[in-house]
Amino acid sequence: MRKGQYTFVTGFLFIPVALYLVFVIWPYVQTFGYSLTDWKGQSQTFSFVGLDNYVALLEDDVFLGAVWHNILFLVFIPVITILLALFLAFMVNAGGGGRAGGVSGVTGSKFYKVVYFFPQVLSLAILAVLFGAVYRSDTGGMLNGLLLKLGLIEADRPIEWLNEPDFVLWALMAVVVWHGVGFYLVLFSAAMQSIPRDIYEAALIDGAGRAQSFFRITLPLLWDSVQTAWVYLGIVAMDMFVLVSTMTSGDYGGGPDHHSEVMSTVMMRNFLYFGRSGYACAMGVVMLLLTLIVSVVTLRATRRERLEF
Amino acid sequence: MGSTSAPKNDGLGRRDLIKRSAALGLISVPTMSFLSACASSGGDSGGNDAPKGEKTKDNPFGVAKGGKIDVVVFKGGYGDEYAKAWEASFNKKWGVTATHTGTQEITGKLQPRFNAGNPPDIVDNSGAQKIKIDVLYKNDQLLDLAEVLDAPSVDDPSKKVRDTLIPGTLDPGLQEGKVVALNYIYTVWGLWYSGKLFKEKGWTEPKTWDEFLAICKEATAQGIGGLAHQGKYPYYINVAIMDLIAKTGGLEAMKAIDNLDPRAFVGSDAAKQAVEAIYEVVEKGYLMPGTNGLEHTESQTRWNQYKAAFITCGSWLENEQIKQTPADFDMRFMPMPLLPGSKMPYEAIRAGSGEPFIIPSKAKNLAEAKEFMRMMLSKEWSTLFAKEANSLTILADGVDPSVKLRPGTQSTVEASKKAGPNTFRYLYTEWYSEMDTELQNASNELMAKRIQPAEWLKRAQAAVDKAAKDPASKKNRRD
Repeated sequence: MRKGQYTFVTGFLFIPVALYLVFVIWPYVQTFGYSLTDWKGQSQTFSFVGLDNYVALLEDDVFLGAVWHNILFLVFIPVITILLALFLAFMVNAGGGGRAGGVSGVTGSKFYKVVYFFPQVLSLAILAVLFGAVYRSDTGGMLNGLLLKLGLIEADRPIEWLNEPDFVLWALMAVVVWHGVGFYLVLFSAAMQSIPRDIYEAALIDGAGRAQSFFRITLPLLWDSVQTAWVYLGIVAMDMFVLVSTMTSGDYGGGPDHHSEVMSTVMMRNFLYFGRSGYACAMGVVMLLLTLIVSVVTLRATRRERLEF
Repeated sequence: MGSTSAPKNDGLGRRDLIKRSAALGLISVPTMSFLSACASSGGDSGGNDAPKGEKTKDNPFGVAKGGKIDVVVFKGGYGDEYAKAWEASFNKKWGVTATHTGTQEITGKLQPRFNAGNPPDIVDNSGAQKIKIDVLYKNDQLLDLAEVLDAPSVDDPSKKVRDTLIPGTLDPGLQEGKVVALNYIYTVWGLWYSGKLFKEKGWTEPKTWDEFLAICKEATAQGIGGLAHQGKYPYYINVAIMDLIAKTGGLEAMKAIDNLDPRAFVGSDAAKQAVEAIYEVVEKGYLMPGTNGLEHTESQTRWNQYKAAFITCGSWLENEQIKQTPADFDMRFMPMPLLPGSKMPYEAIRAGSGEPFIIPSKAKNLAEAKEFMRMMLSKEWSTLFAKEANSLTILADGVDPSVKLRPGTQSTVEASKKAGPNTFRYLYTEWYSEMDTELQNASNELMAKRIQPAEWLKRAQAAVDKAAKDPASKKNRRD
């Protein structure tokens, strides 16, 4: 570059970097600072307590339980969502019968693609209301009503879905999966369409069945998209705040009796309801660390050679 | 066409780099929204207490014409129409224009403002998302309301404001002996039923627990639930449990809980008897099916549809359910029925004041806020409230006789007349937020039959013992 150009470029870079520092990095630093104090959140008076908050965190059964729930979500949400989305995407793109050289979707696949995408346009707040009605604990709820019609439950003993310690996490997970599958189906579909048809045709000529062409061709060529999906869904699993806080019982959700608690709900309750804001900031810092670890691990673990065509 | 592996000796490829930084960005964005909730802005700036107008007998705080006031009202069971009516009246009298905010998200809207030292002038701090009074108080954010309470009353300047109120109604606003919150609405808590349903079935108001169980049994046999409660919010069933404890063991049993006695629950016969009585309802299947998981409005609406005989609630119920209540429902309030050997009479009720109005100590328009509160305690504004919100205020005889009350509200007036001095009121809910939450969790488990009364008592005692270690417990005591 010619002389003077560096200053020119730096000038343009300075403002975004400064904005990034002020609005992204500074809050992190500030949060870490607060996590070392006994700040109560309603005024600017507090004193320094060192690492006390972090020590207390290690003994907080509610928070540790929440971490465990987040890990459960982290294991199940991406796996279930991606598997379902992959299966459906394969069916609508390459799962069809013999027409067009055997490389087309099942009948009506264009229609399915649109329909599957519907859940994605709903906001989480609407989902919470919607599924609140599905899981409603009396026979007015959709699930209970259905089970009643089928004669599987009695009218005076409906299942209290979100008030059952054994069901509540799965009930929440079902909502997230329902919400996510359509989006990843469309994402995977797009990626599948960029796979050249002739690969499939060649495979067909060699006598490959649906399963073989999926595992030997589709999946390896889709790996980049799957990896992205995994990271995204990992973030969803680490969060879950909106659904848990609105759908389950308790202040900021987490009920019954902490069985659906996630890190963010414990944090919000301490931050705003109990006035233990410094302690909540320590939770925030732990959440950041865990999320970073998860993302690095995910990217490393799923790294592999990429194919180009 | 062909496949090549990514160049390995070049370090990070361009596409790799972009992809990874994008992924990291994605991660940091959602985490950030939580973290930045922690981040605060700005420092403290002091309130402005200098009156702009001249202080006179009619204008004790020196409100100047043409001022401003920032009013934030919880828009819940009572709506916020009453506040708009007040603001109109305030403007007419003082020429003060009000900025009105009616919201359910008190914490979300106000926490940052308190923290930044820029709070509104007067707040109705209520609902599920209220900012806990104990938390605000510990942060020096609340004005001591003594000045307002000692000012001359609007209706009768020879009297102080505090002498025109129903006795005892200031208590729940106490923190360490100072009134920092004005609990404006006179509320009674207990059981509710439909006069119409009871007449149809030939039932009468049960005075003892056995009579209560008998009605529950009959109702259940006829496909109506016995007791309904607002399962998703165990606050409501705690009203029933705690009131049974107080009525059985007398004020001593109640104070033992508020004062964090080491035998408040475990070792208290009244507590044991009361919790076992509530559990009997669960065990015998007298709960309205599904009630444990319902929202408060869902549960109350089912009750309005005659799906349950009783429901536990405070006197905001009638206004909250006004649209769902059939015209001939004939809503009725009743005290908790008695267990054998109760120390308090049947008429005794939990009564007192709810809906805490606060003036932030750093409010910009303190004179206007104080005057606003003084006018809230005038007959004119109290009547406005009764008309718009179908409830009573703490002003003694505060409703103009020309206003016709709805049946539920009317029955609460009668019940509190009968109760006379036999009213009680727990304070632990205002003093110890964490203990309250733990008691609610335990009750939720009890109602779902996942724990037994003995376990409930143990958990409740553990919550009390934990609260006793809180430094605030040394200052909050009642005799």
